[in-house]
Amino acid sequence: MLEFIVSKYNFWIYIILMMIGFYAMIAKRNLVKKIIGMNIFQTAIILFFISTAYKTGGATLPILLDPHGHGHGAAESAVAVSQYINPLPHVLMLTAIVVMVATLGVALAIVIMIYRKYGTLNEDEIIKAMK
Amino acid sequence: MILPFDLIIQIFVVICAVAAITVKDLLSAVMILGAYSFFMCLMWAQMGAVDVAFTEASVSAGIGTILCIAAIMKTTRRTKD
Repeated sequence: MLEFIVSKYNFWIYIILMMIGFYAMIAKRNLVKKIIGMNIFQTAIILFFISTAYKTGGATLPILLDPHGHGHGAAESAVAVSQYINPLPHVLMLTAIVVMVATLGVALAIVIMIYRKYGTLNEDEIIKAMK
Repeated sequence: MILPFDLIIQIFVVICAVAAITVKDLLSAVMILGAYSFFMCLMWAQMGAVDVAFTEASVSAGIGTILCIAAIMKTTRRTKD
């Protein structure tokens, strides 16, 4: 059991960060604090995907050291799958980071509009003023 | 992945995440969130995802922090929780 926890420590950190962000989104009453919690949540999910892409045993970035085939080291550096880290989650999470910033911008714009109308960022006071 | 470096970065990331949601000042919270983003990008760089790391450093830690500071300057820094 201890072996299982220690060997997968990246995933435990990801779960802890995700729960911190989820708690901030639910329990905090300030709107900017909720947005910060959403940011932490999204970053934790990106950390999970990057952790799945990682390989142990000396795998590096997928760069061909000798692409035109001079010397006999070219073939195995080009084709061996265990020699490079899986690049597909990296590309997916590159898009997710851009979407994260777009979400942040729209959320902050909505927060500014709410502040102009109600004069506060506290959720309880906004709900009280709406009634 | 270098084990002691990775553990130190992960401890810092969790501390920054907890501090960002517990601090009582919104500008401090946004600054701590920027530090969180930079620690996270350090972690991804040593995990081999260099492209994701520099996108995070420029887009999320840079533009995200600037957007948050601009929004807080237009509204208020004070918060109750």
